[in-house]
Amino acid sequence: MSDERVTIEVDGRKLEATKGEMLIRVTDAAGISIPRFCYHKKLSVVANCRMCLVEVEKAPKPLPACATPVMDGMVVHTRSEKAVDAQKGTMEFLLINHPLDCPICDQGGECELQDLSLGYGEGVSRFNEGKRAVRDKNIGPLIATDMTRCIHCTRCVRFGDEIAGIRELGATGRGEHMEIGTYIERSVDSEMSGNVIDLCPVGALTNKPYRYTARPWELVQHAMVAPHDAVGSNIYLHSRRGRVMRAVPRDNEQVNETWISDRDRYGHFGQYEQRLERPMLRENGQWREVEWEVALPAAAKMLRAVDASRMGMLASAASSLEELHLFRRLAEGLRCPNLDHRLGLGDFTDQDSAPLFPDLGQSLTSLEQADSVLIVGSNVRKDLPIVHHRLRKAGLRGASIAVINPADFDFRFPLSHQCLAADIGVELAGLTVAVSELTDSPMPMNLRDAIANTAVSEEHRAMAKMLQQGDKTTVLTGALAEGREDYSLLRELVRYIAEATDAVFGELPVAANAVGAWLAGVLPHRGPGGAAVDTSGMHVGEMFARDDMEAFVLLGLEPELDAVDAGAARKALRAAGRVVALSAWQSPEMLEYADVLLPVAAWPESAGTWINLEGRWQGHQGAVPPLGDSRPGWKVLRVLGNELGLSGFDYLSPQDVLDEVRQRISQAEPDLPVTTPVVARAMRPAALMRLGEVPLYSVDPMVRRSSPLQKTTDGVRARQVSMHPHDIERLGLTDAGHVEVRQGEGRAVMPLVADERLAEGCVRVCAGLAETRELGKRFSPVEVVAAEGPVASTAMEQDEA
Amino acid sequence: MRTVSNWIKSFLLWELLIGLSLTGRYFLRPKVTLSYPEEKTPQSPRFRGLHALRRYPNGEERCIACKLCEAVCPALAITIESEPREDGTRRTTRYDIDMFKCIYCGFCEESCPVDSIVETRIFEFHFEERGEHILDKQKLLAIGDKYEAMIARDRAEDAPYR
Repeated sequence: MSDERVTIEVDGRKLEATKGEMLIRVTDAAGISIPRFCYHKKLSVVANCRMCLVEVEKAPKPLPACATPVMDGMVVHTRSEKAVDAQKGTMEFLLINHPLDCPICDQGGECELQDLSLGYGEGVSRFNEGKRAVRDKNIGPLIATDMTRCIHCTRCVRFGDEIAGIRELGATGRGEHMEIGTYIERSVDSEMSGNVIDLCPVGALTNKPYRYTARPWELVQHAMVAPHDAVGSNIYLHSRRGRVMRAVPRDNEQVNETWISDRDRYGHFGQYEQRLERPMLRENGQWREVEWEVALPAAAKMLRAVDASRMGMLASAASSLEELHLFRRLAEGLRCPNLDHRLGLGDFTDQDSAPLFPDLGQSLTSLEQADSVLIVGSNVRKDLPIVHHRLRKAGLRGASIAVINPADFDFRFPLSHQCLAADIGVELAGLTVAVSELTDSPMPMNLRDAIANTAVSEEHRAMAKMLQQGDKTTVLTGALAEGREDYSLLRELVRYIAEATDAVFGELPVAANAVGAWLAGVLPHRGPGGAAVDTSGMHVGEMFARDDMEAFVLLGLEPELDAVDAGAARKALRAAGRVVALSAWQSPEMLEYADVLLPVAAWPESAGTWINLEGRWQGHQGAVPPLGDSRPGWKVLRVLGNELGLSGFDYLSPQDVLDEVRQRISQAEPDLPVTTPVVARAMRPAALMRLGEVPLYSVDPMVRRSSPLQKTTDGVRARQVSMHPHDIERLGLTDAGHVEVRQGEGRAVMPLVADERLAEGCVRVCAGLAETRELGKRFSPVEVVAAEGPVASTAMEQDEA
Repeated sequence: MRTVSNWIKSFLLWELLIGLSLTGRYFLRPKVTLSYPEEKTPQSPRFRGLHALRRYPNGEERCIACKLCEAVCPALAITIESEPREDGTRRTTRYDIDMFKCIYCGFCEESCPVDSIVETRIFEFHFEERGEHILDKQKLLAIGDKYEAMIARDRAEDAPYR
C-alpha cells in the first residue's frame, strides 16, 4: 500500500484516505456506519456476506465496501436507494435460512443480525419453503453451538486460521449445504478459542457455561483488568444483581488488542466455588465461624505472640499492588524480615543482583516488531496466550524464532531452530559457548567455570548466528526456567547472550502482579522500589526447608499448589503452630494447616492495581460487592494493622494506599549491586527429570475452581503423566495404564500417556494440582513405576465409563 | 312584569316542581347500579386481571425464559431466573410476579412471543398472609391449568383483531 493520500466523497462528505485502503476502514474511521457481517478489523477480507454493498458512482453495480480500495475522486453513496436496495436484498437472503428463534437465543439483544434486520429486514418473509436445519456440533465445554443460526460469515474460520493459528473450524459443503464444523467430532482446544463467541455476529457460537442464564440488557458492564496472567488483559465483567455472569474483552491495542485468553474469559466461573464467606477460627482443634470483631483480635494476638524471626509472611504475586504494599507494611510493623512472594522461583542464589523487577524488557507492541527471538524454558503459548499471539504476529511477519525447551509445545509460529532436552541448561550452555565463539566476546569467569566442557552442536551455532544477525533481537526466559534449581545460572547465561548479541533481555513472569510484588518490596532482601533493607530475611525456599518455623501469614495463596516444592511447603505449614490465612477461597487442605481464616474479597469484588510485564499500571474498581462477610484485602490488612497497634494504618480508600505505594516506589533509591553475581551449580542430569509445568488452568485459586476450564482438553491433560514413547518402553511401562510418580517421600498416581513431543528423559508431571501436591521440586529427578493394586484399575474403569 | 311573575312562581313552588320532575324522570328510568356480588358487569375478553402461565396441550410449559416480559414491565414487578433444563431447553427456574407492584398494564402479555404469560378475567382475589402477594412459577402455572379453557376461549375470541 502506498502512502499517497487521496480524497473521496462519501454521502456528500469529503474524506481523506490512504490510497488503496479499503472503503469500510475509511468510513468506520469517519463514523459513517455501513452494515456488515463478515468484515472484522482484525481479520482478512473475504467479502462473502455482501451486506456492505454501497453505491459507487461510475461503477455499474453496487460494490462491497470491505473489499473496495479507495481511489482519488471516488464518490460513494451509502444510503442511496440503490445501496439500501442492495443491502435489503442481501438481508432477505440471509434471513431465508435463519431460524427466528431470537427469544431463546443467547445472542438476542446483542445480535448483529437482529440489529441490522431491524433496519434492513422486511416485516414479512416471502420465503414459504422449508428452512434448512443443521445438526449442532459438540466442540467442547467452552463454546455452545447452534449451527442452524449460522450465516456463514466465516469469521470463526478466519480467526482460527489467522489469529489462533489452528484451523479447528472450517466450512464443508457449498451453497445451501455449507456447514461450519470441525470435520470430525472433536473439541476446539485453542487457548484463545472463546474469542469466536465475540466474533460470531449471530448466536451460532455462544458462551457455554453462561448459556441461558442472563440477557444482555440485564447486565451491568464494569471495565476491569484480568489478573490471571502477567499481561493484564483488559476485560469487561458483566454482572447481574451483584453476581458476575461473564467476561468479554475490552479493546486495548497496547495490551490485548481485541482478544482475551480463555483463562480470562472463563476464570471467573470459579469465583463462587468453595468460597470462604465468614472468618473462621480453630479452637481446640475445632473450626468455628466467628465475627470479624473476634477473628481480627485473635489473629493479631497470635502474630504478636510469635518470634518474628521465625515467622514467614507469604503473599501471592497475583494480589493487587495495594494488598502487597499493606502486606509489606504489616511485615515492617511486626519486624518480620521473612517476607516473600516468589513461590514459583526455584533458585535464590543471585537474588541480590537480580534486576529491579522481572519484565519483558520492552512493550508488547515492540515485541511484535522483533526480528529474531530466543525463548528459553517457556510454554509461552499456554502461560501467556497474548504474548504468544504477539510472537506469532512477529513470526508471520518473518521474524526468526528459536526455542530451547524440554518439550515441543506446539507453538503456532514458525520456528527457525528448536533444541529439545530434558535438561535445558545443557542446551543453553552449548548456545552460550557458540555465541561466545561467534561474537568473540569473552565470557565472565564465573560462567565459564560453571559450564566447562560443554559440547557445541551445529544447531547451537546456527541459533547463535540467527541471534547475531538479528536487528531487533529479544531473548526471553520463562516459567520452566524460573522454577529450576539452577535458574540463576540460566539467567546469567541468557543475560550474557543478550549482551553479546545486542539483544533485549526479558523474562516472562506468569503471575499477574509479579512486577508489582517486586516493586512493592514483598521480598526478604529489598524494600519498596529496590531500596536496601537493614536485615535480610529468609526467602520462601528457606522458610519451607526449615522445620522450626513458628508461624505463617498467607495472602491469597495455596502454598501446597503454588510452591515450587509443594511437598516441603505442605510439611512446613503443618509443622508451624500458627498459620493465619487471608484467602477468598478455602480448601480441605487449608483447613488442616491454618488456624485463623480471614475471608478477603476475590478480585472482581475489590478495587486494585496490577503492574503487567511491560511495567504498565492498570487498575479497576470492584464490579460486585464482596460475597458474604468477606471484605476487600486492603481493608482486612488495614484493620489488622490497627489491631496490632501499628502507626500509619489509617487509609480511607484504596486510592490512599495506591498514592502511598506510588510515592514510596518513586522515592526509593534502588540499591542494586553491580558485582558479578554468584550463580548456582549446574544441575546434575538424572535418568528421568520431572517437567513440573504449572498448567494454564491451575495458575491461581480462582482458575483452579473454574469447572468449565478444568473440563477442557488442557485441563484433562494436566492430570495425566506424559512421557516420550521411548522412555515408556525403556522403563517397561508399555502396559501400565496408571503410573506412580515418586519424588522423595511424595507419591502421585495418575494415568500415563505417550507424547512424542516431549524430550527424551523427561516426564511431564504437572504442578499446581491436588493430585501432585505431595511431590517435591518441579524440575528435579523423579521415579516412575507402574501403579499397582486396585487404585489403577478403578480409576481406569472410571475413565472408560 | 318579571318581578310579578317571579312573585307568583315563588308562591306556586314552580321551581320545586321543575326539580322534582327531573327527579321523577330519573326515578322511572332503568337502573345502572348492580348489586355486586350477586350481579356483575359484562367483561371484555381482553380484560386484564390475575396473571397465569399457560401450558401447551401436551403439558409442556410454554415459557422459554426470553425475559421480554421482565424487560418490558414498567413496574419492575417480574423477576425471572433461567438456566438450561436437563433436556437442554431454555427454561425458567424462577418466575415471580409481585402483585403489589403490578399495574395491570398488560405489557407482559403483549410482549410474550409464545402466549405464555397472560392476564385472565379473574379480578376477585386477595392475600391473607405477608408474602402471598408474590406469585411464583408454581402458583402461576396452577392458575393457568385451572382456567385454561377460559383463557383459550378469550384468546380465540380476540384473535381476529391481533
